[in-house]
Amino acid sequence: MKKCFIATLALTLVLALAGCGNGGNGGADEKSEGVMTYAEYDAAALDTQVVIEAYVQAKQSWWENQATVYAQDKDGAYFLYNMACSEEDYAKLTTGTKIKVTGYKAEWSGEVEIIDATFEIMEGNYVAEAVDVTSLLGTDDLIKRQNQFVSFKGMTVEDAGNGSAFMYNWDGSGEEGSDLYFNVSLNGNTYTFTVESYLCGPDTDVYQAVKALEIGQTVDMEGFLYWYNGVNPHITSVTVK
Amino acid sequence: MRGRKKIVCSKLVMLLVLMAVMLFQTGCHGSRGMAAFEIPENFDCSRAYEITFWAKNDTNKTQTDIYKKAIQDFQELYPNITVNLRLYTDYGRIYNDVITNISTGTTPNVCITYPDHIATYLTGTNIVVPLEELFADQRYGLGGSELLFEGPSQGEIIPQFLEECAFNEHYYAIPFMRSTEACYVNKTYVEALGYTLPEQLTWDFVWEVAEAATAKDSQGTYLINGQKVMIPFIYKSTDNMMIQMLRQKGAEYSTPAGEIQIFNDTTRELLYTVASHAETGAFSTFKISSYPANFLNAGQCVFAIDSTAGATWMGTHAPLSDISEEALVDFETEVYPIPQFDTDHPQMISQGPSVCIFNKPDHQEVLASWLFAQYLLTNEVQTAYAETEGYVPVTSRARDSAQYQDYLSRCGEDNNLYYDVKIKASRLLLSHVEDTFVTPVFNGSTSLRDAAGQMIENVTKSVNRRETVDNAYMDKLYGDVTSLYRLQSTMQTSATRKELGPLPPMAIALLAGLGVTWALIGAYVVWEAMKNRKKRHNTH
Repeated sequence: MKKCFIATLALTLVLALAGCGNGGNGGADEKSEGVMTYAEYDAAALDTQVVIEAYVQAKQSWWENQATVYAQDKDGAYFLYNMACSEEDYAKLTTGTKIKVTGYKAEWSGEVEIIDATFEIMEGNYVAEAVDVTSLLGTDDLIKRQNQFVSFKGMTVEDAGNGSAFMYNWDGSGEEGSDLYFNVSLNGNTYTFTVESYLCGPDTDVYQAVKALEIGQTVDMEGFLYWYNGVNPHITSVTVK
Repeated sequence: MRGRKKIVCSKLVMLLVLMAVMLFQTGCHGSRGMAAFEIPENFDCSRAYEITFWAKNDTNKTQTDIYKKAIQDFQELYPNITVNLRLYTDYGRIYNDVITNISTGTTPNVCITYPDHIATYLTGTNIVVPLEELFADQRYGLGGSELLFEGPSQGEIIPQFLEECAFNEHYYAIPFMRSTEACYVNKTYVEALGYTLPEQLTWDFVWEVAEAATAKDSQGTYLINGQKVMIPFIYKSTDNMMIQMLRQKGAEYSTPAGEIQIFNDTTRELLYTVASHAETGAFSTFKISSYPANFLNAGQCVFAIDSTAGATWMGTHAPLSDISEEALVDFETEVYPIPQFDTDHPQMISQGPSVCIFNKPDHQEVLASWLFAQYLLTNEVQTAYAETEGYVPVTSRARDSAQYQDYLSRCGEDNNLYYDVKIKASRLLLSHVEDTFVTPVFNGSTSLRDAAGQMIENVTKSVNRRETVDNAYMDKLYGDVTSLYRLQSTMQTSATRKELGPLPPMAIALLAGLGVTWALIGAYVVWEAMKNRKKRHNTH
């Protein structure tokens, strides 16, 4: 019994240490000096300078030395819009890469983001697991998860407004390569989700999967909790149940 | 023998030098281009052509449907021409993709574009087809005898709009649609603030009312709308804002030759004005806040300046909306020309898509492209597309057509096709065509336009961030945008145009080579002549 207890204790210690070692999911998210915690960032007023450390979760686009990136730490998420970034550095921003970002907190159509930012790559790696926010849909608490990697489970595919399960662009004015818009419902409420073509283009699985959706199917989805005049999730994976 | 050999050697050297110089010069001029387009005698209908058309829409399904119908109708007339449509919602993306495709020789055949962008495309040789000879061609030109549709004659294209497509002594595009900017006003709020809308808006009036609308109660709620959000004046396109303000002030922006003149005292004075109203929260921009229409329709904005081609988004009953029904506020919308400094001489920008044709090795294919581009000027396409937004047709033929006149006369009959704000926006431009202007087009004019807007964005952001905006700030701002938009090279190029500096070493070497070659040829001719004379003299 005693041996068993000691072995369990040792194993627990080893696992805990392993969790800390690579900045993985279980460890404390320590910030460098002068860097805000997520709570401090969240409390910061708009148009003030912010300095954060976070881990790249997805890259949306790069153009003319500006990168748009979803990043997250263990307490919250950040949308880094048009951050100064060379093409060479953009290649280094793989999922999980830790970066220190200095920029200004801003809001555009409800989306809270960091703009006019610069960054440096740090030691550390962390890939967030999707948080299930299905139960938060339609509640005021959902916005607290803004920009996070989230999941929605057991939702029903609805008519996108054109008799099919999706539309190119919000009104059907697009074509292959444009954003995909599709409607999903839960408990009688319908929500519009998007496959943002810069984040997930036509060569991605999710883009093709959404094109293959059928009205009435039940789906699980993952993506980033983007905001545009209300919640507008940018979906990165979809699974038909 | 030696002498003869020596002479032969000199001739050979001269020949080689000449060939090298000629080859080098040919290389310099032709490395990035193809042969200039020449109009074929006849359009070869026995062949099949596949052309690509890159088109821009305002994220508007009706517009994309009109493009598709135009293609279908055109293909029925010309079954041997297949038009492949590629849709864009952003001029900037088209521009970037064209630039990328020039280097790979895969440009589209027909492309919606802006003249500013064409000026950059022209840095390659024979990339864009000059159109004046096509315009005038008796058979396939504007109103030509061999056309299978009724297109406009050159005289039926509104001259002002056609001239916007002329630069570098050629016509490089045809206008497709034209718009300007409008100030969409929440009249209900203006009157609630105790003001009466004047016949024409002035900047002073707009700033004054905007400031009045910033009043809040002790809880931080705006008195005018009872909400926590109010941005009284929002400008969508700040490049246009700066360009039009400078024009109205008679201040310098650039010369037609491309000399950058924007960094002047009037610009500085305007930026101070913008900063002072941004500081009080009376002013913001699309890039900083969001679409003016979203704030206007939610009762969170009094003056929203956007394109007339954005009219279907403006107002309580707008057919297009990005905000929820619950967020909509009921108010009366008025449509005005942009504010003016001198109401006796109103000035406003002319904008909207034009169409250019890219050159191809197969001149028959280019002719097929031209036929399709012309088809976009037919009444059917012009009136249908113009009615989707606050655009106006670019031909008098379409403008005077019974269909278009009927459309204009039914303003306000419904909140869809006859939506009053949209038709009022079109009428605004129709009655102010003579007051419109465009900025000079040159390689670099796109960057200058971007810089003009960026300065307004920067001062607005800076005061929001409580930074000091003073002369030192302005000096730095001028330097920063000059560097960001690489305006130094444009400024240097234009300066060189004004006062030719020393020739580069390569040019000196080339000229010297040419000089030496001609000198050697001359010397040889003289030497031969003297020898012959001597021979003749000896013979006598």
